Amino acid sequence: MSETNGTANGTVGPALSLDQARRYARHIILPEVGSIGQRKLLAAKVLLIGAGGLGSPAALYLAAAGVGTIGIVDYDTVDLSNLHRQIIHGHANIGRPKVDSVRERLADVNPDVNVVAYNELLTSENALDVIKDYDVVVNGSDNFPARYLVNDACYLLGKPLVDGTLFRFEGRANVFLPGQGCYRCLFPAPPPPGAVPSCAEAGVLGAMCGVIGTIQAVETIKLLLELGEPLVNRLLLFDSLSMEFREVRIPRDPNCPLCGDNPTIHELIDYEAFCGAPVTTLG
Amino acid sequence: MANVRVPAMLRPAVGGERSVAADGRTLRELIDNVDQRHPGFAGQLLDPDGQQRSFVNIYVNDEDVRYLGGLETPVAEGDVISILPAVAGG
Repeated sequence: MSETNGTANGTVGPALSLDQARRYARHIILPEVGSIGQRKLLAAKVLLIGAGGLGSPAALYLAAAGVGTIGIVDYDTVDLSNLHRQIIHGHANIGRPKVDSVRERLADVNPDVNVVAYNELLTSENALDVIKDYDVVVNGSDNFPARYLVNDACYLLGKPLVDGTLFRFEGRANVFLPGQGCYRCLFPAPPPPGAVPSCAEAGVLGAMCGVIGTIQAVETIKLLLELGEPLVNRLLLFDSLSMEFREVRIPRDPNCPLCGDNPTIHELIDYEAFCGAPVTTLG
Repeated sequence: MANVRVPAMLRPAVGGERSVAADGRTLRELIDNVDQRHPGFAGQLLDPDGQQRSFVNIYVNDEDVRYLGGLETPVAEGDVISILPAVAGG
């Protein structure tokens, strides 16, 4: 496992067309982005795990920003109960595959974007193949087996992982760069099945998804353009009731079985057995 | 007195409070102190053997106590204790 700085490959795409120069004018005028930065975004590939609460705003902003290739993994269909927070889907999409809804919506937001849809479950068998061609992975999954699976796959492939979670009126976001800590360093083991309620059981304020998912989009763009200070080794905590943002430090654990000094995990494992629960990648 | 910030998931264990004040020279004493007033609180953070649960992180002034002294981490007047259970919602 080689350490990386976690940034994208930095490929600069072809010169911008006149329409693109107009579309992205307010990016391009930012000295930190400029024409070269915009061309990097257009050449970049970002994979979203889950087209749910977090994946919806993240996908919309990344597409609007001109991220050239957006992959989306979700095997679910749009349900009426999704629509209070999963803003990429509309009422007319109820019953349709979420990835189809995403593809159509993003095509309307920005025809520059190539959407790659994976209408399937992410598993230990396919995760490395799905993730390997992307520059950055954005995690919007809603269960522990998927979170450990995505974490391990990203580390093994040397991919930056932009993480986010929601619970009722609270949200968290951070970035895991390979070699600088991972989800296992943050939470060494999952809770026993049933110990922690899901959003379906506990509820979530829909607009919270916009806050955290948009932070994930911002962090992704920062990684792609190598801008600023990403949320690495820092876990951002947002409490919407007190309207407070705080941070705690999340160091790399030298004893981590995945990214520690003497790792024991060298390949993807059985995450259902590890977590005692089925893997799903629903957002 | 230290200030324990309680996440939404654990608020039912402290009567719905968002934060509770607590006494103690160490984190373990502080948890015991809260548990005396809110029986069952400690069980949310610690397993039956009294060890920190692996899916609940505790921070003293934003530092993870796993990298400090664990439950024996000293706690001083005015310290802020944060509790973060693993959540997976997305």
